[in-house]
Amino acid sequence: MLQVKDVYKSFEGKGQEVLRGVSLHVNKGDVTAILGPSGSGKTTLLRCINFLERADSGTMIFDGQTYDMHRVPKDQIRRIRKKTAFVFQNYNLFLNQTVLNNVTLGLTSGRKVPREEAETRAMQALRRVGMAEKAAAYPGSLSGGQQQRVSIARAIAAEPELIYFDEPTSALDPELIGEVLSVMRELAQDGMTMLVVTHEMEFARHVSSQVVFMEQGVVVESGPSEAFFEAPKTERSRAFIRSILGQHEIR
Amino acid sequence: MSERLIRILSDALPQLLEKFVTMTIPLTVLSFLLALVISVAVAMIQYADVKGLRLLCRGYIWIIRCTPLLVQLYLVFYGLPSLGIVLDAFPTAVLVFGVNEGAYMAETMRGALEAVPAGQMEAGYCAGLSYWSIMGHVVLPQAFRTAFPGLSNSLISMVKGTSLASVITVTEMFRQAVVINGRVYESLALYTEVALIYLVFCSLLTLLQRWGEKKLNVYGGVR
Repeated sequence: MLQVKDVYKSFEGKGQEVLRGVSLHVNKGDVTAILGPSGSGKTTLLRCINFLERADSGTMIFDGQTYDMHRVPKDQIRRIRKKTAFVFQNYNLFLNQTVLNNVTLGLTSGRKVPREEAETRAMQALRRVGMAEKAAAYPGSLSGGQQQRVSIARAIAAEPELIYFDEPTSALDPELIGEVLSVMRELAQDGMTMLVVTHEMEFARHVSSQVVFMEQGVVVESGPSEAFFEAPKTERSRAFIRSILGQHEIR
Repeated sequence: MSERLIRILSDALPQLLEKFVTMTIPLTVLSFLLALVISVAVAMIQYADVKGLRLLCRGYIWIIRCTPLLVQLYLVFYGLPSLGIVLDAFPTAVLVFGVNEGAYMAETMRGALEAVPAGQMEAGYCAGLSYWSIMGHVVLPQAFRTAFPGLSNSLISMVKGTSLASVITVTEMFRQAVVINGRVYESLALYTEVALIYLVFCSLLTLLQRWGEKKLNVYGGVR
């Protein structure tokens, strides 16, 4: 469904390449966890895939169409984005809109869905994440976990083929992480295709079907989750898993 | 207070109020609307970083903010006719006040636009919205709330600033006071009366601002 090949990206001024030839492959129904230490380029990769950043070079194949990631024109970007959704680390709900409008806006204004139908779909999505009773509230009055669930509702209401998650639990207080992860787990079980940058090892291990482990702008190892955690192939992966799992035991 | 003074002031009051309602307020409203249109456009051009136009906007703000309003009024009203451009006093005042305040308000608006978190725009794009729909539904409403106190400043400042139009023969309230004073020679009392009218009206605007801020505050704190 989605394939990216040889993505390169460097930022002006930093003088260092953040992505140095990254490739990955996502099939329909896959839940892919992108893991790696901070600074490894995971988030940049996700942002390049959704064109929030322009890759310096790279090829994307999405829905059978091939795109030059450096040169995709804006109208094509918008067409691709309408088939995908993005969940941000800091939620980025529209602060001046109610919870309901946060979910309907992408439908009514972005996809020309009639208002009534949009609201029905939005309420369905909000019920799915357990936020229906907050439909009239504004994001500022919600907890981080609630905001992230609304942002997931915003993502699924658009009925995308693929949802990107950029460290969806990293900004949350520890006691709020569970509610977001359980919503994501349900989505995964329902067969949603997901590409998730995360530090949550439990999620990567038990929910995701494949893992992409990145370090310093390259993919060090990728493959089925189970194999990655049970029998990592590289020394770097082993060290990473050890360090993360070690932290977990302490916590 | 002598009876004569009371009579002078009470005779002057309706004349002053008439000019206030028929000249000062329309002059303020029209100039402010012009300034609002200019400022939003100029701020949005800079926000979107439209090459070329951006530089033009910076040049406009630079020149307007760094020359006196009084000189701008004189230039347009007394200077431009020698180039064959002759405008009536009232349109000149609207034009100059609007263009002048527009430069200050453009900076207020730009600051407010830049204060909207970048993630709002990104979230809009990712939700499949177009640039204009994100601006209309998300970014501009948030920026407007941030800009509101600054824009209120500009409006209140403009009410009083219209008294400068008296120097290019617009008979607004202050010029009317000057005319009356030419007959009765009671500068202290008359100009105090004028000042009080400005004070009362601007106090009302201050209350209006507070009410407006509450209205705009429905969605809680900006994070």
